[in-house]
Amino acid sequence: MPKPTKGPRFGGSPAHERLILANLATALFENGRVRTTEAKAKRLRPLAEKLITKAKKGDIHNRRQVLTVVRDKGVLHHLFTEIAPTFAERPGGYTRITKLGPRKGDAAPMAIIELVTEQLNPVRTTRTAPAAQAAPAAAPVEADVEETPAAQDETAEAPEAAEQTAQGEKKDEA
Amino acid sequence: MAVPKRRMSRANTRARRSQWKAAAVALVSCPQCRSPKRPHVACPTCGTYNRRQVVEPSA
Repeated sequence: MPKPTKGPRFGGSPAHERLILANLATALFENGRVRTTEAKAKRLRPLAEKLITKAKKGDIHNRRQVLTVVRDKGVLHHLFTEIAPTFAERPGGYTRITKLGPRKGDAAPMAIIELVTEQLNPVRTTRTAPAAQAAPAAAPVEADVEETPAAQDETAEAPEAAEQTAQGEKKDEA
Repeated sequence: MAVPKRRMSRANTRARRSQWKAAAVALVSCPQCRSPKRPHVACPTCGTYNRRQVVEPSA
């Protein structure tokens, strides 16, 4: 049994839904960001990221497959030649959704979905903490005094690393 | 089709409607401009989310 699509359905028919999502994806690749409802942004993200993955492969077969969704050849060219190379190092998570709160008129929750343009800073896993703890335990008390500024430096660096990882996680969530 | 047999008393009607309550919106202070905003939503005052400018500030 096929697994149902995640998220709500749009439009009056499957063809209408495909058109809505295809138009949103085209607008996203054309402008870099789209302001839409949260539900549509959440449906658009997997589609757009799969298209970018195809664009990163970049051969003629993938180009024809993307062309079935993104009908505009100008936007297709922009996607393959300018957007895809910027994501060469990024292992997925090409888009970010930021919630904007309810819309005036019908109070629909709005969001902005945008292509991630920030430089990828890979998450550093530090194994230095056990070694730093073992060193003061073995060393005498005088050495421990010397160790404390270094430990403070590490703790000062640690929140930055934590923030970076947190931002990375937020990017994944958004 | 099932229909009510008796008129509902004012007291019963009002007792039922007394449970129609609006919940207060959860708010946090924006890390950028300190104005109240909804959590997990870009600040409507300064247009930032996680100190990143998302939209132009409205009004």
